[in-house]
Amino acid sequence: MTSTPHISVQNLNVHIANQHILKDISINIPNKKVTSIIGPSGCGKTTLLKSFNRLLDNTPDVKITGKVLVDGEDIYDPNAEITHIRKKMGLLSQRPYPLPMSIYDNVAYGPRIHGNPKKAELDELVETQLKATGLWNEVKDRLKAPASKLSIGQQQRLCLARGLAVEPEIILGDESTSALDPTSTHIIEDLFIELKEKYSIVLVTHILRQARRVSDYIIFVYMGKIIEFGPTEEVLLNPKQELTKEYVKGFIS
Amino acid sequence: MIKRKLEELFIKILMILATILVVGSFFLIVGTIFSKGLPYMTWDMITKIPGGGFYIGKEGGVLNAIIGSLYVAGGATVSGLIISIPVAIFINMYLSGKNFITDVLRTVFDVLFGIPSIVYGAFGFLIMVYFGLRASLLGGIIAVTLLVIPLLVRTLDEVIRTVPGELRDAALSLGSTRWETAKVVLRQIRPGIFTAILLSFGRGIGDVASVLFTAGFSDNIPTSLHEPAATLPLAIFFQLGSPVEEVQGRAYASALILTIVVLIITVLSEILIKKFSKHKI
Repeated sequence: MTSTPHISVQNLNVHIANQHILKDISINIPNKKVTSIIGPSGCGKTTLLKSFNRLLDNTPDVKITGKVLVDGEDIYDPNAEITHIRKKMGLLSQRPYPLPMSIYDNVAYGPRIHGNPKKAELDELVETQLKATGLWNEVKDRLKAPASKLSIGQQQRLCLARGLAVEPEIILGDESTSALDPTSTHIIEDLFIELKEKYSIVLVTHILRQARRVSDYIIFVYMGKIIEFGPTEEVLLNPKQELTKEYVKGFIS
Repeated sequence: MIKRKLEELFIKILMILATILVVGSFFLIVGTIFSKGLPYMTWDMITKIPGGGFYIGKEGGVLNAIIGSLYVAGGATVSGLIISIPVAIFINMYLSGKNFITDVLRTVFDVLFGIPSIVYGAFGFLIMVYFGLRASLLGGIIAVTLLVIPLLVRTLDEVIRTVPGELRDAALSLGSTRWETAKVVLRQIRPGIFTAILLSFGRGIGDVASVLFTAGFSDNIPTSLHEPAATLPLAIFFQLGSPVEEVQGRAYASALILTIVVLIITVLSEILIKKFSKHKI
């Protein structure tokens, strides 16, 4: 890794209801790259992703030990400001969940809670982010319409625009295309590639083709442990570990 | 094979009979109220308070009870909501993860919901005695508020639990505080809040036992919280007890009014539920 890592995980252990979900995870997520977390269902991919913005905190009976440094700051420090940590990261979930308000208000939500922007500033910001996600031309005439009226693919792009509007540094994607049709999936994947210019992106995916297409690095997780981490081509085409080999070939899923 | 078909047929007939029984009794009840109440349903009934000899069949109406009931049920629903919304939010958004405490709280509200309304009436009466209050609109509102709180909390709790966890995560991920997230959740459940209002209002306006000692009864429309207030169910009760045929008929007319009030509230909330459902994912 050449540049300094954006997220640095050190000896992270997560227990949920006495089950050891993540076992002694240490990993450095590179800056302004796309890193994909792959692995079979239930291996702890999503748990790892959600540990980055402390969404894990809301899980019942959860016990987290270890450190997660974002920009060198331990986010599990008791004094850490949780809203500040989350503001740094945009999350794109499996299915789009637009807030129960208009298209405009969805994008404006973040800027509004974090500050008191003027109407003109907001208008400009909403337009910028909707353009960044390629949604502007589709919705510019109905910004006041409920976000729930959009198609699923458009909703997911709206959720991305909503996340970008709070000016995060990192984008977390939790199987963000699994509910989308192939066309929308393609649009989102292209957006990820485009956005890594400005953001560090971490994606959880179970689609190896997608991991190969969009990511620079791959983390392979199995049974709560990191088995292999490296550049995409290396991990997928020339894996060092036996388990990775089997997973990539489709023997374990 | 024959056995399975017979079983299917038997169950089907059973279900049809049960449905007929329920729908039939509904129409029977409404029909009775209409046929017995309509002849006595005069304009005076809903525009005038009881006149001099109202209870022996002379002029007047039950406007006092209509207004009193709206005050009591409306006041109790509003104050119930003010208490229940924070409770439901607290259970779901601030205690999430603490399963033991939330389980205990939910059980408590289940038990409270099952307590008969006369107990709330008696309890409300005790509170009034303690504070030296007399039977009054305020007393009635307090007792009915106690009665509807468990219903409101349980309904709101169920509604909030239907909100997908991912929606909360979405709000939290944008850097919302828990309260800001709660506001998003409240927006999402607005249709559910109207359902809760409807249920609470319906229970509050129809209950006799809780207002029996607490609201008292008066032939006048209450002009302050400290005056006793008449309620429709009590008005029906008193009028039915009269030996005068005219007055008994007015009891059914009053029941008809009560039914229509509930019907209006139902239709109104259905409209509001529809109106606020446009954001539902």
